[in-house]
Amino acid sequence: MAEEQKLFKVTIDNITVEVEPGTTILNAARKIGGDVAPPAMCYYSKLKGSGGKCRTCLVEVAAGSTADPRPMPKLVASCRTTVMDGMIVKNITSERVIDARAGVVEFLLLNHPLDCPVCDQAGECHLQDLSYEHGKAGTRYEFSRRTFEKHDLGPYIQLHMTRCILCYRCVFTADQLTNKRVHGVLDRGDHAEIATYIEKALDNDFIGNVIDVCPVGALTDKTFRFKNRVWFTKPVDAHCGCDKCSGKVTLWMRGDEVFRVTARKDEWGEVEEWICNTCRFERKKVSDWTIEGPTQVSRHSVISQGHYVGITKPAETIDKVMGRKPQLLMDIHTVSGVNDPNVDLSEIEGPAHSDDFKKQ
Amino acid sequence: MGVKLLLDKAHVEGIRYYDVYRREGGYRSVEKALKMSPADIVEEVKKSGLRGRGGAGFPAGMKWSFIAKPEGVPRHLVCNADESEPGTFKDRYLMEFLPHLLIEGLIVASFALGSNATYIYIRGEYAWIPDILEQAINEAKANGWLGKNIQGSGFDCEIYVQRGAGAYICGEETALIESLEGKRGNPRIKPPFPAVKGVWDRPTVVNNVETLAAVVPVINMGGEEYSKIGVGKSTGTKLISACGNINKPGVYEIDMTISVEEFVYSDEYCGGIPNGKRLKACIPGGSSVPILPANLLFKTAKGEQRMMNYESLSDGGFATGSMMGSGGFIVLDEDQCVVKHTLTLARFYRHESCGQCSPCREGTGWMEKILKNIETGKGKMSDIDLLWDIQRKIEGNTICPLGDAAAWPVAAAIRHFRDEFEWHVNNPELCLTQNYGLAHYADAREVVVS
Repeated sequence: MAEEQKLFKVTIDNITVEVEPGTTILNAARKIGGDVAPPAMCYYSKLKGSGGKCRTCLVEVAAGSTADPRPMPKLVASCRTTVMDGMIVKNITSERVIDARAGVVEFLLLNHPLDCPVCDQAGECHLQDLSYEHGKAGTRYEFSRRTFEKHDLGPYIQLHMTRCILCYRCVFTADQLTNKRVHGVLDRGDHAEIATYIEKALDNDFIGNVIDVCPVGALTDKTFRFKNRVWFTKPVDAHCGCDKCSGKVTLWMRGDEVFRVTARKDEWGEVEEWICNTCRFERKKVSDWTIEGPTQVSRHSVISQGHYVGITKPAETIDKVMGRKPQLLMDIHTVSGVNDPNVDLSEIEGPAHSDDFKKQ
Repeated sequence: MGVKLLLDKAHVEGIRYYDVYRREGGYRSVEKALKMSPADIVEEVKKSGLRGRGGAGFPAGMKWSFIAKPEGVPRHLVCNADESEPGTFKDRYLMEFLPHLLIEGLIVASFALGSNATYIYIRGEYAWIPDILEQAINEAKANGWLGKNIQGSGFDCEIYVQRGAGAYICGEETALIESLEGKRGNPRIKPPFPAVKGVWDRPTVVNNVETLAAVVPVINMGGEEYSKIGVGKSTGTKLISACGNINKPGVYEIDMTISVEEFVYSDEYCGGIPNGKRLKACIPGGSSVPILPANLLFKTAKGEQRMMNYESLSDGGFATGSMMGSGGFIVLDEDQCVVKHTLTLARFYRHESCGQCSPCREGTGWMEKILKNIETGKGKMSDIDLLWDIQRKIEGNTICPLGDAAAWPVAAAIRHFRDEFEWHVNNPELCLTQNYGLAHYADAREVVVS
């Protein structure tokens, strides 16, 4: 007897969507997609218990539900608030939300070093995207930022705590992958730091995934550090017959060289399937992999720049749009003797000189 | 002389010990409660109008009735004795002098809520009090008030004392629960509320020490009678821990019908300001509630006399009012610098922020640094507006109320004492050696130099 489950109707930024009961506002908004989906720095759908900490996904609930249409007095974290039937949510249509979000971005950037030019995460950094979309151009902070020493978490992972925004994603990853609590947060407040138990190396076959979940450049792949900029490498989907994990990865290549291996990420920047350390750190030859084809990268990402993926030839022609043939505004060669089309530059020895053009 | 329900026996010699406490009429409420049904006790507490004494002032009976009662899942009562709010020390007084009163209240509340294992989470800095409480628990146990089959009623209850490790944030109920479970004291994200998922995911009620102690007179005299004490929705008596520039600092029990003016100046309570100084400002409910200048402390914006109760103290909202809070009454005389005072509080909240959510983690530190600049004469005029903007962006956007608690004192200080902040900016040299002193918000009272 298939009992039909009643779907909840929720309106986010005037767009109504039907979701199953128990869905969070954030996931309902992601169902709509686009700008309606609030940004999330700490929430990670694959990690149980994550979310609620960064406060970037704050939204305004204008009406709680059909049964109780009172608005919620405070902004709520959309990643941890479940929808009710008839709920009306304001995200980008609410000025309060925009204002609060700008504040959160400013807070997150207070102690974050602006070392993007030397940071490996630059180009795929969620904090970069967030500050670009929701932040302000300048900072009002005039004090020194907190800094930490760099730490190695085992042979493959480096922790650069100065960049950390304490999203706790890596803590949840380590907790949910390993049996022992080896990775956590020490201290509290603005001097809190991510650390492992007595500088212990993170020892687990899947621990490399903490690099992928890190929204900033705090946890980096030591086999890739300073090797290349992500936008110079070309992402390629590939797989291998790995006995530990699914073997489905993205290779970041330049020419024939595999610079880096990461798990495949969905449109929200979340890992689709965890990959093992062997795949991530050791299979760095093209022959280790079966190439599937180029990874679909969002056109807005800096990584897609210059790759011309998904560009189609426009159907409109100048004839159709302007109603005339394209015309020459000025024939440059009639006014300038430089670059005469009749002179073959390759036949000139040494650098070209104006005399070369006058000869003929 | 007001009614005293909690501290009436506090000065009886040996009241800390069971024999004297019992002789003075202790544990009568347990005898009475065990003959009632748990639902009746909750009803009685509801009728009494008893409000949570920890700070928020949420009706205790209401809180008790919210607890989920799934079959086969144990429920817990947790006593929040993590009293760390600067300026508040009423629970310490209660636990130190009348430990049995708390134990008695805990037994009644445990019976009403069906908690067989009840915890007292006590602040780590109160290092000597767990011994007092444990001795009281042992005495109560030896006399059949705790353990198996209490007084032949068939109800079992154990009380355990758990020490905190010195974090202010563990006074927040969900952080307290995390800490009690042996984890890092980070507040949980609500919902689910502790009434549904608390300690070890079991339904839990967390109450303040004073609230639980007040259950004893509620049961003894009946909810109806109790609600007649006090005024309006502020029923019963409240402990106020008065400190700062007053002649008689200490813990006072008031019945919420006296005026603030009387509380500050009468010899029965604070006894006025020492050394013939005048009153400048006052924080009426512990460090996290808004500070009030003298002219708004005694009279509300409407010109009515301000009384020591929940409604009157919060009259006018945050624009011209404050809050009852936890009852930490801090008085500042004309020699105190509000900027320095605000800096002290900001430093406290920066130090105590758990670092979980970004507005509080980063904002508290930022506010402290700016305030330090202003206090040491390095401030700019734009810093004052910046402070205002920061507090506005922290308030309400955090997981737990610590963000609000850090934002409110700064907001109130700027709201009421902006001229003092500006004076600091305009007189960078002078502010290092001299205080701003009184201004238009001074208490108009004639100074009597004795």
